[in-house]
Amino acid sequence: MATVDQAVRISAQTRSERLIRFITRTPIHFGLIAIAVIWLVPTVGLAITSFRKPNNIAATGWWHALTQWDWTLHNYGSVIHATGMGHAWVNSLIITLPATILPLTLGALAAFGFAWVPFPFRDTLFLAIIALMIVPIQTSLVPLLKLFRDWHLNSPHFGIGAFSFVGIWLAHTAFGLPLAVFLLRNFFITLPKDLIEAARMDGASNLAIFRRIVVPLSVPALASFAIFQFLWVWNDLLMALVFLAGQPDKAPMTVRIPYLLSTYGQEYNLLSAAAFLLMIVPLIVFFSLQRYFVQGLLAGSVKT
Amino acid sequence: MATVTFDHVTKAYADGTIAVNELDLLIKDGEFLVLVGPSGCGKTTALRCLAGLEEITAGQIKIDARIVNRVPPKDRNIAMVFQSYALYPHMTVFDNLAFGLKLMKTPKQEIKRRVEEAAKILNLETLLERKPRALSGGQRQRVALGRAIVREPAAFLMDEPLSNLDAKLRVQTRAEILRLQRRLETTTVYVTHDQVEAMTMGDRIAVMNLGVLQQIGTPPELYDNPVNVFVAAFIGSPAMNFATAKADDGKLVLGGTTLHLSGEAAKAAAQNRGRDLLIGFRPEDLVLNGNGRADDVHIPAQIDVVEYLGHEELIHAQSEGHEIVALVPSEQKVQAGQEVKFAIQSNKLHVFDPETELNLTARG
Repeated sequence: MATVDQAVRISAQTRSERLIRFITRTPIHFGLIAIAVIWLVPTVGLAITSFRKPNNIAATGWWHALTQWDWTLHNYGSVIHATGMGHAWVNSLIITLPATILPLTLGALAAFGFAWVPFPFRDTLFLAIIALMIVPIQTSLVPLLKLFRDWHLNSPHFGIGAFSFVGIWLAHTAFGLPLAVFLLRNFFITLPKDLIEAARMDGASNLAIFRRIVVPLSVPALASFAIFQFLWVWNDLLMALVFLAGQPDKAPMTVRIPYLLSTYGQEYNLLSAAAFLLMIVPLIVFFSLQRYFVQGLLAGSVKT
Repeated sequence: MATVTFDHVTKAYADGTIAVNELDLLIKDGEFLVLVGPSGCGKTTALRCLAGLEEITAGQIKIDARIVNRVPPKDRNIAMVFQSYALYPHMTVFDNLAFGLKLMKTPKQEIKRRVEEAAKILNLETLLERKPRALSGGQRQRVALGRAIVREPAAFLMDEPLSNLDAKLRVQTRAEILRLQRRLETTTVYVTHDQVEAMTMGDRIAVMNLGVLQQIGTPPELYDNPVNVFVAAFIGSPAMNFATAKADDGKLVLGGTTLHLSGEAAKAAAQNRGRDLLIGFRPEDLVLNGNGRADDVHIPAQIDVVEYLGHEELIHAQSEGHEIVALVPSEQKVQAGQEVKFAIQSNKLHVFDPETELNLTARG
């Protein structure tokens, strides 16, 4: 309805009105396009470089490829067939999926408590958790590493290799939780109070309210945190480097990619192709969930 | 089916506000009790305490013989209809109705049977697959009612369920709720700020103000015998007229007019000789020009404005410095500026103590 009304309104405008509208809007559009271009240039450059031959890369800038048709898929072949790259891709998934699902689940449960279950010192505790977002990861690397070593969280248990990832899952979870609690609590609190109370009257326990009312109504917020956390963990180098150090069989792609360099020297062609391969998964995640992402960012600021 | 008892129930908030003060109420099995009062009078808080959504500070709430002070809402076996309806937006009408039953682990067949039965009663059969956003206000309201009745609870709590409907639908739904309640004979506590709703729906009405129960009784009891100025002013539309008069033996002096009283009013005047008293009389009890009965009290007045309502007229007039309103049959032709005399039967006159605000003429 709204779009139909709008369309009718726009077509009903006189020519001068349309002209004024165009002139006032144009600078904004140019500004937005300029910002988008500036942001995109490095990525486009990377993409193009990844399709060029090594000697071309060494000789000229990537923009020359736009005029001289000399592209190749060879770089991608080399990277994919390089030792351990497929394994690293699997490792990245093994690290990222639990490190996304864990803080999402725990954060949502905690956020529900902070939003809808009264208990003493609730707001103080919530503030304390928000304050934890200030702690830089770097300061806690050494103590965490010692803790993991003492508790054997970085080695396989019961013959299951995945157990050796427990340490890095927990580390990512811990650093993701404050944001999760903050974001989700602030979304949950905007759900109508009557709805929660109606469910209580209908006989729902806190867990039932969470599962059947809060979660289904908070998909945009949950999805946007999931994307944030997925991208963060997938792209993480520091934590993987520290917590999985000295275990090349467990290295994710971010750790593995620089090894291409040390093996082959200054080969930008391989580096750019590998970087682009690394980006593909987050791009798929982003584009498949971007509808929720945009909604989720608005979440809480505007009541829909 | 249950009785509900409020025994000296007090609800105080952390900031010291006392929302409900020593509330005593006994709601009989199958009764339709209306809690009425202006906004902020504590009626909704009292209802929420009964629901278990608020904890009480002191006293006891009982459902039948069971003290429920510390029982969570889900274990009280009562259903509530919210002002905003609070339908689950992501569920169909069927799932909205079935939600409570599913949580109670009712067998699927039984859920289906009860939901369909409730849908039939409330005329929702064709809407069961819709989501709430595809329903009109009246339909949403019926779903909210349906959600309460499918569970066959011990009591219904209703928090201003009609206030989001337009005037016409409100009158219609009012009758529907009443019919439903008579049919199911479920104890119902109904909160409203609208005294017309209270008068038309309640078996009994409890009037509250500032957290304190003012009076409880049947609609005629409240209308004929308000215990104090607040109830007298709150119940009845248009509202009761009030004027200050000096008491003397068997009469009251209102400015330059002497009102010769009989019955209870005369007694009250005699007992308070020399004091200023508050007199109250209902607009509909005023008769234009009187009909010559012996116990009539006559009040002279000058007409300000006449509001024609069709069957009746609302006359705004000035009398001895007080504005009074009279509701009279519209065939009597009167005009603004005219000097008239209103007559009222002495036993229709209420006399209040201006300090305690209590009704000195309360009968029975």
